[in-house]
Amino acid sequence: MTENQKPLLEVKNLKTYFYTRDGIVKAVDGVDFQVKPGEVLGVVGESGCGKSVTSLSIMRLIKKPGKIMGGEVLFDGKNLLDLPEKRMVDVRGNDISIIFQQPQSSLNPVFNVGNQVSEVFRLHSNLKKNQIKKRTVGLFQQVGIPDADEKVRSYPHEMSGGQAQRVMIAMGLALDPKLLIADEPTTALDVTIQAQILDLMRALKDNQGTAMILITHDLGVIAEMADRVAVMYAGVIFEQTDVRTLFNKPLHPYTQGLLESIPALGEFKEYLTVIPGSVPSLIDLPPGCRFASRCGARTKYDLNICTEIEPTLNDLSPSHSVRCWLYQDYEGHQAILDVA
Amino acid sequence: MSEDSKANALVQVDHLKKYYPVRGGVLRQITAWVQAVDDVSFEIQPGETVGLVGESGCGKTTVGRTILNLIDPTDGEVFFESKNIYDLGKKELKQLRSEMQIIFQDPFASLDPRLSIADSIGQGLRIHKRGSRRERFEQVLDILNKVGLEEYHARRFPHEFSGGQRQRIGIARALALKPKFIVCDEPVSALDVSIQSQVLNLLRDLQKEFNLAYLFIAHNLSVVEHISNRVAVMYLGKIVEFATREELFREPLHPYTQALMSAVPVPNPDYERNRIILEGDVPSPLDPPSGCRFHPRCPSVMDHCKEREPEMKPHSSGSQVACWLYE
Ligand SMILES: Nc1ncnc2c1ncn2[C@@H]1O[C@H](COP(=O)(O)OP(=O)(O)OP(=O)(O)O)[C@@H](O)[C@H]1O
Ligand code: SF4
Ligand SMILES: [Mg+2]
Repeated sequence: MTENQKPLLEVKNLKTYFYTRDGIVKAVDGVDFQVKPGEVLGVVGESGCGKSVTSLSIMRLIKKPGKIMGGEVLFDGKNLLDLPEKRMVDVRGNDISIIFQQPQSSLNPVFNVGNQVSEVFRLHSNLKKNQIKKRTVGLFQQVGIPDADEKVRSYPHEMSGGQAQRVMIAMGLALDPKLLIADEPTTALDVTIQAQILDLMRALKDNQGTAMILITHDLGVIAEMADRVAVMYAGVIFEQTDVRTLFNKPLHPYTQGLLESIPALGEFKEYLTVIPGSVPSLIDLPPGCRFASRCGARTKYDLNICTEIEPTLNDLSPSHSVRCWLYQDYEGHQAILDVA
Repeated sequence: MSEDSKANALVQVDHLKKYYPVRGGVLRQITAWVQAVDDVSFEIQPGETVGLVGESGCGKTTVGRTILNLIDPTDGEVFFESKNIYDLGKKELKQLRSEMQIIFQDPFASLDPRLSIADSIGQGLRIHKRGSRRERFEQVLDILNKVGLEEYHARRFPHEFSGGQRQRIGIARALALKPKFIVCDEPVSALDVSIQSQVLNLLRDLQKEFNLAYLFIAHNLSVVEHISNRVAVMYLGKIVEFATREELFREPLHPYTQALMSAVPVPNPDYERNRIILEGDVPSPLDPPSGCRFHPRCPSVMDHCKEREPEMKPHSSGSQVACWLYE
């Protein structure tokens, strides 16, 4: 992967809001990121920060009371938000596919799993019946389901969580998409089964060059799988860079706090570092930086601007962007830290 | 386990078994037994944390609830301060209930939606007649504060809280009666990392302050390492390894423990390791494999593992392990 390779997917200033009785939930509030061909972009963030809404917005699967308010989703150069729904159906079948956290509930309980995978071919290809059958069994083998000819006849409830997730991945791969969005694909699985699924996804990336957006709240999964990482918080991206830089030299105070607060296997500490407080409500966002009320750097440097004006996602280098006043100038304000 | 440590134990679990009947046919006869917990023994000292780790369905929650006498055991004994909890009178049982508490995996399901948070947390205090109304309310506010919630939350109702906040309410409720022992059943699994560390630190502070003992049930090994003094690793209803935190993480003995440890994703992209990827799914406790229950997935399986079940035996490191490799 080269630095200046053209992105496969470019999300620009994406906004998706939900119009609820309690007010407008600004679930995704100006998200920017890129995915290059063949790379894994990890999106990490806490519950409710808008990871799933972002992926559903890319697929244009947002339902009422939600609405995509603006921005661009450029896939291979064309803006998916402008496509007629009919063309979008093709994109969903052929170009981008998505797998979810709860494999069992994403499968239809009344059809056998082989049928559900075959359905993808029936809808999106001209393959004949026996060809479809062969491809389906082949896919089951590829994702490591034992006794594939038998297992295609199983119903979802007859499968373990790990196997159901393999079926979902098989379905996602059926048409050889250019981009696979995996939304917490292993969160519901046991760790030994998670290791199997991550191994499978790694093989797909290596052998087929499928680009992926891997959404997770687990920084361990990110470290093992991602090439680049976007850190999301309260509807926006706080930091985006390659995986090594993110773990070795994180710049955003939130990323720093997050990395320090996780217990790491084999590194016992009596007390963990904490980020005080909690995430602000997406209905009633404070002015300024969304992290300000929890940010130690703001207090340390006594930054008034943080609670007044929101910083933008600023490119500090071609491969590292950060949304924080510590690294950004503004009228009367001068960046505090120099990273060059 | 020496006789001495048994005698001083706060909680002593002795050959505990819990089998659930499976019924079938028109007459709903018992056709099989799920061996959810099959002959588990260990003890917990006052003020210590024993971690109980294993994958879903291995029997962790059943162990926790049987110890609290929330579920009847099929066989075996549990002693709390040397009293057999299965033969207590009504009054003694009520007293016991205030000394042993539980924090659930999903406290929302266990919170009464019609009670305000203050009433939920104060319920135990009221039942056990601790202090005046005013004092009880003060105490509730104090606990709310300790678990990181605000005073104005006291008057609100469960549906108004986020997952993380509900978890804190569950913790607050368990703490209200100042128990000696708390079963924490996956208390931080539903929490975000930044909140998880707050809660883990909180559990540690409270442990120090009140000399609390925890049975800390979790599937996340990093969390278990962080919080535990000693750790029991469970697989399909059995404890397969029991060791101090230092020993277990320095030198895991059982092949299952080794695989579990190597499967944990490490938040360090430069970390290289030999990952052991276990094949196959976790078998059903309805029909556990013969011999060593782990044998169909074990990378080191030997012939007699398939036939004879290994027992927990002390290892020279001080750990205990149930595996033929060490006999
Ligand atoms: N149908 C809906 N109606 C109202 N609000 C919604 C709806 N769907 C999502 N939201 C809100 O949008 C925000 C972002 O949700 P989203 O599901 O994207 O979070 P997430 O980052 O995927 O979280 P998790 O890690 O828990 O999966 C949340 O505040 C959520 O409550
Ligand atoms: S902008 Fe200010 S409050 Fe926000 S993260 Fe940076 S220093 Fe902290
Ligand atoms: Mg989500």
